[in-house]
Amino acid sequence: MCLALPACIVALLPDDMARIELDGVRKEISLSLVEGANVGDYVIVHVGYALQLLDPEEAAQTLALFAELASQA
Amino acid sequence: MKYVDEFRDGSLAQNLTDSIALEAQHSRAYRLMEFCGGHTHALSRYGLLGMLPANVQMIHGPGCPVCVLPIGRVDLAIRLALEYDVILCSYGDCLRVPASDQMSLFKAKARGGDVRMVYSALDALKLASNNPMRQVVFFAIGFETTTPPTASIIRQAQATGLTNFSVLCNHVLTLPAMEAILTRPDSVPLQGLVGPAHVSTVIGSQPYQAITARFHVPIVISGFEPLDLLQGILMLLRQVNEGRAEVENEFIRAVTPAGNRKAQALVDEVFEVRDSFEWRGLGSLPASGLKIRAAFAEFDAECRYPDLLYANVPDHKACECGAILRGEKRPQDCKIFGTVCTPDNPIGSCMVSSEGACAAHYTYGRFSEVKWF
Amino acid sequence: MSKSKSAYVRPLDIKHGRVDMSHGSGGRASAQLIETVFAAAFDNEYLRQGNDGAVLPLPPANSRLVMSTDAHVVSPLFFPGGDIGSLSVHGTVNDLAMMGARPLWLSASFILEEGFALSELQRIVNSMAQAAKAAGVTIVTGDTKVVERGKGDGVYISTTGVGYVQGVTSPSGDGARAGDAILLSGAIGDHGMAIMSQREGLEFDSAIESDSVALHELVAVMLATGAEIHVLRDPTRGGLATTLNEIARQSGVGMVLNEGSIPVHKQVLAACEFLGLDPLYVANEGKLVAICAEADVGKLLDAMRAHPLAPLAAVIGFVIADEACFVQMNTKLGGRRMVDWLNGDQLPRIC
Repeated sequence: MCLALPACIVALLPDDMARIELDGVRKEISLSLVEGANVGDYVIVHVGYALQLLDPEEAAQTLALFAELASQA
Repeated sequence: MKYVDEFRDGSLAQNLTDSIALEAQHSRAYRLMEFCGGHTHALSRYGLLGMLPANVQMIHGPGCPVCVLPIGRVDLAIRLALEYDVILCSYGDCLRVPASDQMSLFKAKARGGDVRMVYSALDALKLASNNPMRQVVFFAIGFETTTPPTASIIRQAQATGLTNFSVLCNHVLTLPAMEAILTRPDSVPLQGLVGPAHVSTVIGSQPYQAITARFHVPIVISGFEPLDLLQGILMLLRQVNEGRAEVENEFIRAVTPAGNRKAQALVDEVFEVRDSFEWRGLGSLPASGLKIRAAFAEFDAECRYPDLLYANVPDHKACECGAILRGEKRPQDCKIFGTVCTPDNPIGSCMVSSEGACAAHYTYGRFSEVKWF
Repeated sequence: MSKSKSAYVRPLDIKHGRVDMSHGSGGRASAQLIETVFAAAFDNEYLRQGNDGAVLPLPPANSRLVMSTDAHVVSPLFFPGGDIGSLSVHGTVNDLAMMGARPLWLSASFILEEGFALSELQRIVNSMAQAAKAAGVTIVTGDTKVVERGKGDGVYISTTGVGYVQGVTSPSGDGARAGDAILLSGAIGDHGMAIMSQREGLEFDSAIESDSVALHELVAVMLATGAEIHVLRDPTRGGLATTLNEIARQSGVGMVLNEGSIPVHKQVLAACEFLGLDPLYVANEGKLVAICAEADVGKLLDAMRAHPLAPLAAVIGFVIADEACFVQMNTKLGGRRMVDWLNGDQLPRIC
């Protein structure tokens, strides 16, 4: 149920829809629950809807944190 | 897969588990609950449980919407399919949940009920548009992650003037369930909660402060990937060791303090909070579930089919799903786990859903019960 | 091949015609359908005799007969990388190949639904003929029945195959022994996800194609290495996980796999993620699992990787002693989990 995936918006479509892509697999989903999403943005997709935009800077920060632990260990 | 593979990296996982081992003090026993069924699934699927130190115990919580759905609600859906001849659309996991009289939606389909699996709420709407001569009912379940899509299709149905579409709403709320877990008099003492990932993208991190303030239990909202979970557990251990009880957000790439305001507003427009709602394992909880507002009554299956009255049906006598959902028992403590109750022949809902604790342990973890290494 | 001067009043309209009940009645219409569509495409000495059965030669000395059968109810009938026709040939050829046999002859029976387009039937039959030719097998006998509209799904095809296996031993499901290596010929999940991509309601676009192919030549190369191959099986319905669990139970052993060694194409992984599926349980139609003595891994793997059908061949794990017959897996994360039997069945018909 919690199945949600980050995917990249490759095209905006009419009626608040968008085409997203994940490693060459494309799907059409609804953007009606988010605002300001553009081509190139990553969104969290759940049951055919984008629920939230993914913040690339925060993602990088989180990964950097994991790697930091590596240098400490 | 970008933003997925990096968060499943094995060498980073090793570092995280090393840090966890260092942080977990030998003299203490840590009892942490992962609330969300998606986290339960991830812990088992990636073999994370075996990577944690022995004194860090993960207790499975009730954050699995299929698991907490009482038999009586599934019975309503089955009746709609068999007695009212509707097209009954449902997400996949609900299809095998055992209901009354040894029935399930899957079995209702075999008996001639028009039950259809959908992967998206939009599919249910499409079915209604494409089948104007039939009544279509969408069996909606889920926590706050899944509620906005249902709200969206109800609004869309109204905008397009669909007359053959309605929703049987079973949406539930996270915070009341968390409170119920923490307030039960016989409740299992928990030192921390791993907060749900995708629910939090919608509701934000701010609302959890009500829980930490009232119960003095730390909450760390963690992403869905295994590295997120490990990091979340590490952050919880640190809070416990330092005596803090704060809301922390590990899933910063998708969760903000306020959450998704647009989705929240849409949900608020279409739904209102029920006085009470029956939960498996938690009983009848006040203000814990949603119902469709009067303005959208024509899309409320409970209004369209007023003879469809909910009757409370207890679980199978031997089923321990209730206790498991409260974190009081583990799947392997249930007498019928793995013997009578298996994913092929589920007696209780926790064995059906891919997020259920029993299904997760049976499918991924039961080998650990037998000592081989 | 008799032409229109035969007993048929009108030629069959392949382009626009449809199957009707008379095509299954055994009379002239049936004969015309068989002649025009099936016999023409499959043309060979056995079919030309027009008898009820085909008389086949006995196996040579030191060889034994192997027989296998498969029914195909895949939906949709046409999918990226194949169709029900090619699938029905490859499926049975592969079953024989997994016994170490050289596939030689196939029978094909068709259950057609009233109203099915003859143009589609022709397409399927041509595809079967092509697949059979490429695999070096002959379709020597067959049957056609028609069911009323609504009682079928376009067409169901059942194929039975016969071949020869040399020698007295052949790979067998109960042959796995502790210490054996588990080899996989290539990336998993292609066929099942290709089918899924066509399924109404799921609607995802990708370049995923079914891997449906005949594996007998790859098997011949593998057997020719002289490696001690204990088990050969193709992971079809239920995927790799189901096949390994079957073998584990039949052989009374356990297995430990390495997730990182199991090849899966990126797009298949992504498609599985979207649908919440585990590639380990997704069907394949052009892959095989070989369990061999550990000492022979090197030469077997080299031979497989040199063959065009198995460039990604890999050792994915080992057989261990385990009374419980569990299949376990070391995850890429560094943890360990079980790989259980497929529980329930929410996938559409895929084979």
